Amino acid sequence: MSGRAYTHAKGRVIAGNTLAYVVLSVLCLIWLVPIVWIVAISFSKGVAGVPNYFWPKYGLTFQNYINLFSSSGISSGFYFPRWFLNTLFVAVCSCTLASVLVLSVAYALSRMRFHMRKPLMNIALVLGMFPGFMSMIAVYYILKAFSLTNTLVALILVYAGGAGLGFYVAKGFFDAVPKEMDEAAMIDGATRAQIFWQITVPLSKPVIVYTILISFLAPWADFIFVNMIMGPTAYKNYTVALGLFHMIDREHITTYFSMFTAGAVLVSIPIVALFISMQRFYVEGITGGSVKG
Amino acid sequence: MFVTLRAQLTFLVSSFRKGDGKTRLSYVLMGFSNLARGQVAKGIYYLVCEFLFVAYMVTSGARSLAGLRTLGTQTQHIEAIPGQVPKLIPGDNSMLMLLYGVAAILLVVWFIATYFWNVSSAVQVQELQRQGKPLTSFRVEVREYLDAKFHVTLLFLPVTGVLLFTVLPLLFMIMIAFTNYDSSHQPPGSLFHWTGLYSFKGLFSNGGVLGGTFWPVLGWTLTWAVVATATNYLLGMLLAILINRKGIKFKGLFRTIFVLSIAIPQFVSLLIMRNMLDDFGPINGILQQWGLTSTFVPFLTNATFARLSVLVVNLWVGIPYSMLITSGILISIPKELYEAAMIDGASPFSMYTKIILPYVLFVTAPYLITQFIGNINNFNVIYLLTGGGPNSLNYYQAGKTDLLVTWLYKLTVNTRDYSYASAIGICVFIISAVLSLIAYRNTKSYKNEETFQ
Repeated sequence: MSGRAYTHAKGRVIAGNTLAYVVLSVLCLIWLVPIVWIVAISFSKGVAGVPNYFWPKYGLTFQNYINLFSSSGISSGFYFPRWFLNTLFVAVCSCTLASVLVLSVAYALSRMRFHMRKPLMNIALVLGMFPGFMSMIAVYYILKAFSLTNTLVALILVYAGGAGLGFYVAKGFFDAVPKEMDEAAMIDGATRAQIFWQITVPLSKPVIVYTILISFLAPWADFIFVNMIMGPTAYKNYTVALGLFHMIDREHITTYFSMFTAGAVLVSIPIVALFISMQRFYVEGITGGSVKG
Repeated sequence: MFVTLRAQLTFLVSSFRKGDGKTRLSYVLMGFSNLARGQVAKGIYYLVCEFLFVAYMVTSGARSLAGLRTLGTQTQHIEAIPGQVPKLIPGDNSMLMLLYGVAAILLVVWFIATYFWNVSSAVQVQELQRQGKPLTSFRVEVREYLDAKFHVTLLFLPVTGVLLFTVLPLLFMIMIAFTNYDSSHQPPGSLFHWTGLYSFKGLFSNGGVLGGTFWPVLGWTLTWAVVATATNYLLGMLLAILINRKGIKFKGLFRTIFVLSIAIPQFVSLLIMRNMLDDFGPINGILQQWGLTSTFVPFLTNATFARLSVLVVNLWVGIPYSMLITSGILISIPKELYEAAMIDGASPFSMYTKIILPYVLFVTAPYLITQFIGNINNFNVIYLLTGGGPNSLNYYQAGKTDLLVTWLYKLTVNTRDYSYASAIGICVFIISAVLSLIAYRNTKSYKNEETFQ
């Protein structure tokens, strides 16, 4: 390459990079606008209803956050700390249960060979194609038959009950753990259960963490099934998502919008932190096997 | 299906012919062969299963199954005897009858399976005894479930959970699609009946208000899915190319900022967007303050604007997804391809259209179809942003941005038109199933799963 052409190409690269930086920065700004807005509003004074401005007009305050935890919430039923504890309880229980279920299914389908294996996988595929909440109303009546509606136990059952179907990521991971180790252990007389607990589980920490986190996050984001299971006035059994959702109902929004913003920020922080920390697994999860092939 | 059924039946008959008295007796008294030959625990298990099943059938199972046929005949009514307070005479409840009926069917299926296991176990122990081999003891049998049959142990709980919380409800809802369980047939006040394809006919009809809603909503669902998938995918790939460009620093920071929109729970981010785009929200406030418009822009309240708004907001949610996915692939594009093109003097644009796009398209085709199905079922973006609105008087319980799934939700929650909701669910299932079939059949990972292990 001659000198001039080289300088020319170099100039083009620099110009291109500058353009790329500009575009990326503008896009980042756009992506951050809603986030910045809600954080700003959550700290701003004198918000009644939805403000029609971006930047706090009447000064800053912690009052919106304090209101969330104030005791006046107990009488109106909109009591954020209670919702938070509810969600935490449901999330811990359902994620323990769901993780056990998911990992069991994934291991069985990945490592064991039995004649129902392929049919079971196909059935799981077919079940996954029905819209999730098509069966919502039936689930409700089943829970009602066990008189579990309006309870947190029902929520745990709903989130963990069908969890066995979400085995794809974990199965993909187990598929990649070398089989030779299992075989060596088997020759030494280990049973399948021992292999599972003593070889596969310690080797699969990343996917176990992923499974636990994904099932832990589900109750924080769902508002459809909770809405179904909790009656319209069972405020004290609400989860954070449903509670916040109701705060900006048409009838509540003028009173509660500022509290909603504070609550939304509080809920989002731990979730975002958890998510960012496990980003890598998440990418592997959504691309699954499809990109490998 | 029928082949295996026939094989099972021949197995039953031939085992009966070959079997001795004890084996034959276990056709009636389950577990007898095991019990009589010393496998006490297993024998008792089968016997208990049989006892429980018979007890269930006698007390309620038979009635539940019979109830499936009619779904109830007695409507509840108020009996007024002169001179007394009118009394409410409870009638049948079609919904409960259907639910118990479906549960009964599942139990019968389970019992038939147990029955077959019983027979094959009976034959097995007879054979072992004939050969003079020792019977497997209870301890060994249990140990089996931690070793060779470990999958049974592992799958027992998950499958039970899925049966109870996914399969049973789904079967129930599929059956409801073939009844007239709609807003005017609500038990216990009134009964509903089997009506065959009535709900589907209603949806597909050209004249009625239901058909007049179904076809436009289906049309918008497909348009939405095509446009949303294509824009997210192409723009996401462009973003990935930008971030992964040689010489760009702070890649991690950029990526994290975009990933924020995936990390924040959708009910938070989308509800914020809804309020920002409100007629009297901050975006309209700013536009008017800057004098760009004199009145508010109906971002979510005018049909065309609302449709554009949901597509644009969906970019905010969706571009980072495709960015993450295509990033991995872009890195894996063979470097030689670029270099060859550079030497040939290809412009960046033709590099994109001739090399990157075809390569990434080829690798992500299955993901693209999954995304398409995901967008058909994209409940959150529509429901949280517009709630399906603006509502249309020509539609039945739906608005201009409603997708099939959000319409399904509204029919379930607002008007309790369960039969139509279920029929819509089945339609969505068929669309997804056909597309997935195309997608999965063509992926290597499905075809030769074993090669990856």
